[in-house]
Amino acid sequence: MRAASTASLVAAAWLAAGAVGAAEGGDASVFARCAGCHEVGPAAKDRIGPHLNGLFGRRAGAHAGFAYSESMQRAGNDGLIWTAATLDAYIENPRALVSKTRMSFRGLASAQDRADLLAYLRRFSDDPSDLPEAEPTARGVDHDIDPSILALRGDPEYGEYLSAECVTCHRVDGGDTGIPSITRWPTEDFVVAMQAYKRALRPHPVMQMLAGRLSDEEIAALAAYFHEIK
Amino acid sequence: MKLNRRTFIGASAAAAASLHAPTVLAEGHGKPRVVVIGGGAGGATAARYLAKDSQGQLDVTLVEPSRTYVSCFFSNLYLGGFKDIEDISHTYGTLAAKYGINVVHDWAVDVDRESKVVTLAGGARLPYDKLILSPGIDFVEDAVDGWSIASQNAMPHAYKGGSQTELLKAQVMAMPEGGTFAMVAPPNPYRCPPGPYERVSMVAHVLKTTNPTAKIIVADPKEKFSKQALFEEGWGKHYSGMIDWIGADFGGGVVSVDPSAMTLTIDGEETKVDVCNVIPAMKAGRIAELAGVTDGNWAPVNAADMSTKADDDVYVLGDASRQGDMPKSGFSANAQAKVCANAVRGALTGSKVFPAKFSNTCWSLIAKDDGVKVGATYEATEEKIAKVDGFISATGEDRALRKTTYEESEGWYAGMTTDMFG
Ligand SMILES: Cc1cc2nc3c(=O)[nH]c(=O)nc-3n(C[C@H](O)[C@H](O)[C@H](O)COP(=O)(O)OP(=O)(O)OC[C@H]3O[C@@H](n4cnc5c(N)ncnc54)[C@H](O)[C@@H]3O)c2cc1C
Ligand code: HEC
Ligand code: HEC
Repeated sequence: MRAASTASLVAAAWLAAGAVGAAEGGDASVFARCAGCHEVGPAAKDRIGPHLNGLFGRRAGAHAGFAYSESMQRAGNDGLIWTAATLDAYIENPRALVSKTRMSFRGLASAQDRADLLAYLRRFSDDPSDLPEAEPTARGVDHDIDPSILALRGDPEYGEYLSAECVTCHRVDGGDTGIPSITRWPTEDFVVAMQAYKRALRPHPVMQMLAGRLSDEEIAALAAYFHEIK
Repeated sequence: MKLNRRTFIGASAAAAASLHAPTVLAEGHGKPRVVVIGGGAGGATAARYLAKDSQGQLDVTLVEPSRTYVSCFFSNLYLGGFKDIEDISHTYGTLAAKYGINVVHDWAVDVDRESKVVTLAGGARLPYDKLILSPGIDFVEDAVDGWSIASQNAMPHAYKGGSQTELLKAQVMAMPEGGTFAMVAPPNPYRCPPGPYERVSMVAHVLKTTNPTAKIIVADPKEKFSKQALFEEGWGKHYSGMIDWIGADFGGGVVSVDPSAMTLTIDGEETKVDVCNVIPAMKAGRIAELAGVTDGNWAPVNAADMSTKADDDVYVLGDASRQGDMPKSGFSANAQAKVCANAVRGALTGSKVFPAKFSNTCWSLIAKDDGVKVGATYEATEEKIAKVDGFISATGEDRALRKTTYEESEGWYAGMTTDMFG
């Protein structure tokens, strides 16, 4: 199940295909999944999560007055903008985009549900007609991602060699001042995060550049090594 | 088609292995011996990786005259008052105690490549199977008219870590009100391309509060410099009217100094200055030349493993090497050291050798919480270390991003120095 959901992480096929949510204005019913924490609409207030008005085109973690997690603030500072593609990835698996997000929500696996939900949320952004259907990054990408990426078993010895490039910045001892720690993560979360950089869904020029030249096998090897570090 | 990981590794390991058939060791000694000269960004990293990864199979000796390594990286932040000297000082205790490296505090004064022996100033002789040189830089003699190493107290370079950096700071703090700080910037190639301009920023940052009517003049033999648009934007924003950069087009390369009179003459025009930071043209640390592995000012190396063109058993890392496209930075030296350590260990113990991979990121601080960065990835080609892909901070970035970028550099410093010294 996890593997299948990652395949669509890229920016779900519906975006490239130009599909829109079920109803023209989207489907409010899926929003029930979010309503425990979020409000949207004219009288919306911040609850456990920030209100979701004016979301499209806005920088992540930028709604004044809401106390976001450090991870979300960092993503916003780095330039994560909420678009159809990034929202789709976030809602599908929040940690793929923002590792230590405080949004404790497992994600919506169904691409159709996400499409409906996003079409609905778009109604509450300033000028939905200006919003692009999909980001350039969401087009032309290979949607046939091998669903076995997550199933790859990494070779820790190769991972150790590759990790030498990472530990100049990410301390092996797990210290995280200024740069997040990446040791002892569940391997799936690690792979999902690296794939998000590789596909430029996560912002950050260094990480996009480094992840961009790692093969899926190499990412698996790194995930295995950093997971096992003592 | 997807490359199968196993065949991929296998193939490249085999390719690399054929370049490096295990060295046949001279009879009569035990473990293969690696001598590393220079305990800086390249040397300390190489020694640590060799010792850590070989788990006792190699005899690793690190030769370094200083007991304390005061890093050049972040030394500008010390000038700017953001770091103390202790924050940028490191010792070799962990490398000796935890990794079993034989740390010898002495100068290497000779390398006999015929008999494979290094001689130290104290007279000791160190035989090696593989020799790694990472001696950093020395200055080209007579590069700046009127300046020599004998004048480094009157006009410090502060381009090697330690006392020079402290001296420069003391001079900046002692400047008379409304005085002049001058810098003579170096020609390419030199260590840390954005270094002089980060330094100008940090000196301006200090003067802005302690001595706001002071002036800064930079005489530069280059027409343009690293991260120029970013620095110029920052100087305009934070230090408006304080910094006068005179590039080659305006005679910035035609300079002479008089250390006893404290004057700087740029294109015939003499100025009295209060502090003069002369950063002369650079070349490989002298021991590389003594070892006979240099060609001109630098030591040409093979990109795949950092071995010298002159000798398969002698490697040169970091600033002293001529490798291709990587800038001379601590980050680069560290990346090269790991590639080299992997290859040397493979050659001496038969361990797997993985394909070379390099990257670099250099951060600069322009003002408090105003950090920028530039970086790239590289690959080894037959000819050189060749750039693959890169990025640079943009002008006009918002404050939150600049602050995050600065914080990242602090994270890197912690990671980098842990990677060097354990
Ligand atoms: C102001 C300034 C700012 C900088 N900022 C950055 C930065 O932000 N990021 C970055 O990545 N880089 C930065 N650098 C560059 C960085 O300091 C160098 O590129 C890096 O130190 C090069 O590593 P190295 O191993 O070649 O030489 P070094 O680190 O200089 O090490 C050489 C060592 O060799 C020793 N040695 C020399 N000769 C002998 C001998 N004969 N016998 C024994 N030992 C010997 C020396 O004592 C020294 O400890 C900066 C440099 C300067 C000057
Ligand atoms: C259990 C509570 C909870 C649920 C359920 C939940 N969220 Fe969140 N959400 C949060 C919190 C808390 C944050 C702030 C996260 C942080 O700071 O890391 C957040 C943040 C967000 C953001 C980022 C907002 C911004 O200003 O950058 C979006 C978008 C979002 N949620 C959408 C959704 C959607 C759509 C759903 C339903 C599919 C949902 N959330 C379900 C709690 C929740
Ligand atoms: C030049 C410094 C640098 C290097 C080298 C580097 N990283 Fe990063 N990495 C960062 C920074 C900075 C971040 C935070 C980026 C962000 O805000 O998205 C980060 C984020 C990450 C994250 C996500 C962390 C989180 O909490 O969301 C992972 C996973 C990661 N890096 C893995 C790696 C791996 C694997 C390598 C080696 C192949 C590597 N990094 C090399 C600087 C670096």
